[in-house]
Amino acid sequence: MNAPTYNFAYLDEQTKRMIRRAILKAIAIPGYQVPFASREMPMPYGWGTGGVQVTAAILGPDDVLKVIDQGSDDTTNAISIRKFFGKTAGVATTTSTTDATVIQTRHRIPEASLHAGQVLVYQVPIPEPLRFLEPRETETRRMHALAEYGLMHVKLYEDIARFGHIATAYAYPVKVNARYVMDPSPTPKFDNPKMDNCAALQLFGAGREKRIYAIPPYTTVVSLDFEDHPFTRYRFNAPCALCGADDSYLDEIVTDDKGGRMFVCSDTDFCEQRQAAGHHGTESAAPHKEKAHV
Amino acid sequence: MTTIAEMPAGFADKVLSAQSTFRSVMDAMARPGSVQRVAADVGTPAGMMRGAAAIALTLFDHDTPIWLDGAMSTTPDVARWLKFHASAPVVADPSIASFALIGDAANLPALERFAFGSGEYPDRSTTLILQVDSLTQGPAFELKGPGIDGRAVLQAMIKPRDLFQRLSINEGLFPRGIDVVLVHDDSIVAIPRTTRLIASGV
Repeated sequence: MNAPTYNFAYLDEQTKRMIRRAILKAIAIPGYQVPFASREMPMPYGWGTGGVQVTAAILGPDDVLKVIDQGSDDTTNAISIRKFFGKTAGVATTTSTTDATVIQTRHRIPEASLHAGQVLVYQVPIPEPLRFLEPRETETRRMHALAEYGLMHVKLYEDIARFGHIATAYAYPVKVNARYVMDPSPTPKFDNPKMDNCAALQLFGAGREKRIYAIPPYTTVVSLDFEDHPFTRYRFNAPCALCGADDSYLDEIVTDDKGGRMFVCSDTDFCEQRQAAGHHGTESAAPHKEKAHV
Repeated sequence: MTTIAEMPAGFADKVLSAQSTFRSVMDAMARPGSVQRVAADVGTPAGMMRGAAAIALTLFDHDTPIWLDGAMSTTPDVARWLKFHASAPVVADPSIASFALIGDAANLPALERFAFGSGEYPDRSTTLILQVDSLTQGPAFELKGPGIDGRAVLQAMIKPRDLFQRLSINEGLFPRGIDVVLVHDDSIVAIPRTTRLIASGV
């Protein structure tokens, strides 16, 4: 029996055409969620089927693909998606942020700034920022049509009333090109400023929810806030234990059952590049504190 | 009467030609005013430029009603070629078309005749594919908007001289609106609905 052969990058051509048309409309209407006929993929929902379909529709044989999951090139999800495209499209893969032309990401934006030739593809679980405030799709659609976003500000205000500050730490809502309120996918709000005026094209794919949206390069992306409670990002108040970086987003790694913990860069490529350049951290546990980092 | 044997070919390599053409269109749409090239080998029916033919084979299929202008429908060649290679239905009513192919841009109908989409679904709009005389020479158009770092300058010979004035309806309509792809030979430039004209020289 012959081994099964797939079309280039797995998807059939009709599906790619449908996704490509949705991507073009998404770019033309920044932040608007374009419905598309999401297909079943050979991986479960929640593993990035939306991002995989967007990547499959844009990928060409000359592309260099990088896949990250929570900033890491080495997790199961990242490795399996990278292998999937290595096998079905035969593309070159890399872990270097600067060498990649297409970067598929789950829940992080790389620390290294992106350049004009790159496309960043986000995996999105729930694309509708208003979904937990208004469950009806017909209503959220109308709210977007009328730019009626008061409810989102009420939600942020309730954070302040209850906790004294805006406690939303990830999937922090943004306004794109001064029109659509958009969910940046569950990235930490530390990453929100990187989306603003970015040189690379940003595409978002939600497979289960069947939506594609986009931010063109050099587009204003503003995190929602209040005059007296301006948007702030935060990080653990510690340098990376491996590379000593004090400006990167950190993961907390529990090292024993006596309360020992380390803070290391979530972006593995960024951390490895710094270590290769001779930067070293203390490799010890650091005090757990949070600080505003503007 | 053209027989199938006489019909111009489609893409030499369906999969990779469509992919490279799409990336050119995507880059054009993401960077309005920039000139992108279509490298794919493609046959063209009479009256159709290479860029327009490649875009048609990349984006059209049975789901996309196509509207052809007078210049594209003087002979049945274009409609027959689209039907054979893309199975795309050709419709007489531009207000239900996903794409409109404009061969003679000087006679571009009023934009109101095309679909703008709705407030809830602004993506259900017509994309115009407009063949123009040049995308490297001619009057300069200074553009701004998402995808443009500051401002972009496009030099082009566009037949409806007032195209950008007509497209200014996009400003009031947004998020509804019309997206345009300008084609000359194998060069393409996209003007999505968010792009604004700052100034036009002579």
